[in-house]
Order: sequence, then structure tokens, then C-alpha cells
Amino acid sequence: MTTAEFGSHNWGMVVDVDKCIGCNACVIACQAENNIPINTQDRVERARSISWIRVERYWEGDFPDAKARFIPIMCQHCENAPCEPVCPVYATYHNSEGNNVQVYNRCVGTRYCANACPYIVRFFNYWEPVWPESLRNHLNPDVTVRSRGIMEKCSFCVHRIRRGSRQARSEGHEVVDGAIQTACSTACPTSALNFGNFNDPNSKVSKMKEDQRHYTLLDQFATDPNVIYLAKIDADKKVGAGEAATHG
Amino acid sequence: MQQRRQLDQVYTNRKLLNGQLDTPKWWLPTVSVLGVLVLIGVAVISVMINKGLGVTGLARPVYWGLFITTFVFWVGISHAGIMISAILRLTQAEWRRPVTRAAELLTVFSLLTALVFPLIHAGRPWRIAYWIMPYDISRGIYPNIRSPLIMDPVAISTYLTGSTLFLYIALLPDLGNLRDRTTGWKNALYTVLALGWRGNPRQWKMQTVGGILLSALMLPIFVSVHSIVSWDFAIASAVEGWHSTIFAPYFVIGAVHSGVSAVVTMMALMRWLWKWDDFIRPEHFDALARLLIVVATGWLGFTFLELTFALYGQDAPEIALREMQMFQWPWNMLFIIFFLTAYAIPVPMWLFKRVRTNIALMFWTSILVNVGMWLERFLIIVPGLARRTPFVYTWEAYRPSPVEWTIFIWSFCWVTFLMLLFSRFFPLVPLFEAKESQVFTDDVMIGRAKVPAIVREAD
Repeated sequence: MTTAEFGSHNWGMVVDVDKCIGCNACVIACQAENNIPINTQDRVERARSISWIRVERYWEGDFPDAKARFIPIMCQHCENAPCEPVCPVYATYHNSEGNNVQVYNRCVGTRYCANACPYIVRFFNYWEPVWPESLRNHLNPDVTVRSRGIMEKCSFCVHRIRRGSRQARSEGHEVVDGAIQTACSTACPTSALNFGNFNDPNSKVSKMKEDQRHYTLLDQFATDPNVIYLAKIDADKKVGAGEAATHG
Repeated sequence: MQQRRQLDQVYTNRKLLNGQLDTPKWWLPTVSVLGVLVLIGVAVISVMINKGLGVTGLARPVYWGLFITTFVFWVGISHAGIMISAILRLTQAEWRRPVTRAAELLTVFSLLTALVFPLIHAGRPWRIAYWIMPYDISRGIYPNIRSPLIMDPVAISTYLTGSTLFLYIALLPDLGNLRDRTTGWKNALYTVLALGWRGNPRQWKMQTVGGILLSALMLPIFVSVHSIVSWDFAIASAVEGWHSTIFAPYFVIGAVHSGVSAVVTMMALMRWLWKWDDFIRPEHFDALARLLIVVATGWLGFTFLELTFALYGQDAPEIALREMQMFQWPWNMLFIIFFLTAYAIPVPMWLFKRVRTNIALMFWTSILVNVGMWLERFLIIVPGLARRTPFVYTWEAYRPSPVEWTIFIWSFCWVTFLMLLFSRFFPLVPLFEAKESQVFTDDVMIGRAKVPAIVREAD
């Protein structure tokens, strides 16, 4: 998408877990933005709910000193993604802007990618999506409504990235840092979710990820995610990059 | 060991062609009942394709369940044919003769059945042409050859082609035989199928050379098919129970274990149903059971190695997975049944000759093995996915739905149905092999004792 005259992009996110208050605003925003089917009680109970971003609860420490923590988790857009080599039809692949993209038209629904993903952020459409009559006109026209039988996952709001890049190009300048935001980062009241270009050394996210609290999820799988977490600051505890290992 | 009677050719022809020329009474009712069951299965599959995979019990994180287990199971069964007809042919094991065709047939039909499962378990089966058929390269959409799911159809269709050719070449002399004994439309059918078989020396030579060449060509497939199937799992680096380098040989030897056991089951059924006591004799069961003891013990060795490799790394999630597989309800119950049925009950029994030559006992022990081998695949696939990851969001169990069970049962009815249908038109025991073994075996006088021996011209 980007041409040589403009800077290259490597879209990524920095999640400051210390700022996250677990309000689930990102989850709702994502649900509305990306035409995600409504997660009815039945679907949640059958573990078939779809939620591209979720606020995961976890315990830190052992009982009785356990602390309840939460952390937003979305597709990590791994540079070395386990889901990509297993897809027989290239329905999921890495694009030139650092995103792990899902091509709905190609997907045949083998669900192999979901088995391979250690973050369990890929979702399968078991049924044709249905919305109540009152919500029919609320669908986002920029986002494909996924039919049954295919996988879907967080796209880093790729339609917003496309629109932002197109607009910048037509105006003859590079994408201004912060001009493109995902639905979740827009909705986050505490700026825990920050979206931007890692290839630009001066961008907000590039500076944030240099923070000494930074870590990535499940780094034992060497997936090299484009989502960087900043550890929770605990007054009683010295924090470090090893946070991920104890999580859960 | 005088179990063998000297049989004349007329008797052999009449006895072995009784399925075609003089259909047994039980055939039509059995095939009709199976046909109805197969139709029910097809209807359930259609409903599933129509409504979507929501009708299965699959849910996050267990995205593969009963269907993939049954797929691996049938690919495993298919290893029977190549083991019996190719390897035993090349090693000139004389006792293979009566079962070569049935084993090869089992290969073809179980592969056909196995192929159904990956197709119907896909979310959009109608787009599957995209995946396994020739690709629309003009649009620049190539298949992802890094994916084992691309290698699977390649390996299986190669195996299916090879086995079908093998089956057909071995069938030619018998087709000629049938052509000469039928009239009307059947005669016309056999005439076309027999490809002008006359049984002259040149044709026999070509038939033999063709069979040996195909046996040799299929040997690599013997190793490749189940290795590739095992990579479906072994490549997933983030799934603890799956990511193992030992899977390829482990799956291959497990496949031989289940495949040869399936041949034993089938031999017993053939002996009972068509009363072929003169052709399928206790000595054949004896030989197969001896082979099975070796294969099963080799397989057990791989099972322990796999476990050892997993635990050797001292990786906490890996240990947790093994603990779940073996000690947590309901996996522990399945694990015990698996171990008892796949090894602990049948193999010690086979050590006794009285068991090996007892057809009823061989029948039931071989069924036990396949119960165990199905559970083995289930215990690899499902707990691997249902493991407790660091994310509590995904802690879920998997319970197969009635739709999945119906399709699972359908696969067995379908294979049996195809076998019986085949038996109506083609002999299940190769006539020429039965006769050849009569020629090659003779009674040799050693001292005063008469001993059956193999007499072969040096060639």
C-alpha cells in the first residue's frame, strides 16, 4: 500500500496494563466497529462467543496473597505467527505493514490457524450471523460481515488504516502519528491502548515501547508480537520484563 | 500342522466365487440395512453442511474433535493394505495370499472414507476445491505448501491411486475367470473390466511384474502418508501435546498396528460369512498375530518414547498436559481403556498359540486394538487442544454432539457397505493366489513324517 515516497509502516500497539481499569469499553467499541455478531448468553456458555479484544482476568501470586488482575488481549499480530504457515489457502498471511491479515474470501474454515494460535484470539463463525431488526442499519459499511464457516480476528481496524493512509496520500504527506486510531484505542478512557507506527522512531508507540516495563505475551513461543505490554506497577513488588511468565 | 487340505481347482473356483455366482442369503438383507444407515448418515452430513458447524460440539479452544480423530483413524486402517500386500509380497511371506485383496480393498475404502472427514469438517466445504483441486493460478492464488493440510490430500490421493491400481491389477485374472462363468450384462461388464485377459504366459508375466513394481513404488507412500497426517499436529508449535518430532514414525507404526488388526477382524468375518475355512485358516491368523506382537510392541516403545521426550524437557505446561491426559477425569478413564485395549489385553493373549489359532478370540482382540487405537488418536488430538492455557477465557471442555457421533458411525457402515457391495461382484479372496499357494506348497517327506513346505522355483 505504501509507496517509497512515504515512510513504511509497521502498525503496532502498546498496552499499558497499569492504566487499564478493565472497563470493557474497548470490547464494546470493537464489537460495534467490526460488525461482530451479538454474543448471546447461549453462545457465551457454549464457548462460541466472538470477541476480537477481551479483558482477561488472571491471578497474580498464590493464595492467600493472590491479586486479581486483568489484561486486554487481542490478536498480537505476530511477526512470526504460528497461524500463518498452517493455513492451506493463504487466508491468513503477513502483509507489508506488519499486520497479520485474514482474507475472508479465501478462508475455507479448516480452523487450523485457531488450533495453532497460542493466544486463542481467532474465532470461528459457527452460524450465519444474525442481528435483530433494530440493529440492521447499525452495521459498519466499511467492514465485511463474515458469513458462517470462516475464521475472523482482530484486524487492527484495517479499514481505518486504509482510509487514513489514503487520505494522507491524497493530501501529499505522510500519515501523522496518532491520526490513525483503532476503535478500541479511541474508546479507551485511560489511554491504556495506544496504536501507532513502530517504524517511525518518533511515534508515541515507539517511545512507549522503550519503557523498562515492556514485555510481550507468551514470549516462550518466540512469536515476536506487534502488541507490546507495559507491566502493571505494583507498589509492593519490583516489576520487570518477566511478568509474562508468571501471568495466569 | 496339517491344517491344509489339497484342494482341486474346481472346488476353489466354486467356493471362492460363491459371492458372485451364488449369492449367500444374508447378503441382500445386510446390504439393505447398511444402505439405509448410510443414507441416514448422508442426510445428517447434508444437514450439517446446510446448517453449519454449529450443530457439532466443537467450541473454542477445541476446534478439531471427533471428525479429525476419525480421519486419522481411517488413514491408519488404510495402512493394512500396503503392509499386507506390498511388504509381505516383497518379503515373499507365503501366508499373505488369501488376504491380499481384502486388505487392499480395505485400504481403498478406508481412504475414501477418511477423505470425507477433512472436507465436511471445513467451515465452507463448497469452497474446498480451492484447497485440494487444481488451483486458480491465473489469479495468483497459490496454495500454501508449508501447510500440512496441502500435503495431506497429495499424499492420500497418491496412496489411493496406487492402491486402486494395485487392486485392479491383482483382480485381472479373476475378472477373466468371472467373464467365462457369467452370461448377459454381467458377462459384458466383466469382459470390459478384464481387459482381454486370457491367462497366457506373457500376460501372467506382465501382471506379476506390474504387481511387484507397484509394491516397490508404494513403499515410500507407506512411510509418507501417516507421517504427513502426523505433521498436521506436530507442526503446531504452541500446542503442547502436539508439538513432537517423534510423531511421524509413531503414527506410522500405530497405523500398521490398527491396520493389521482390522485385517484380522475382516478375515474372521470372511471366514464366517462365506465359510472359507479351507482358504482362511488358523495358520494365517497365527502368522498375523505374530506380526502384530512385534508391531504392537514397537508401537508401545514409541508411546513411551513420546512420553519420555515430553517430560524430559521439564516444561510446566507440557507436564500439566500429560497430567490432564492421564490423571484427570474423563481423560484418565479413556487413557486406561486405551492402554488396556490397544496393548495390555490383546498382546499378552497373542503370546499363546491357542489364542492365535482361535478365530473368535482373534476377532475380539483385533476389535479391541482398534477401539484402543481410535482412543489413542482422540487422546492426542482433543486434550492437546483442551489443555488449560494461561488464558482462563478458553477453559472449556469438548463433548461431541449427536451429529458427530452419527457421522462417526456412518463411516463404519459406509466402509462395510462398500466392502459387501464389492463382494457381490468381485471375489474377496484372489483365486489365482489361492491356486498358486496350492502349487507352491507341497508335502515333503522328512524321514517318515509328511511336512508341508513351500516349493518355489528359483527365479
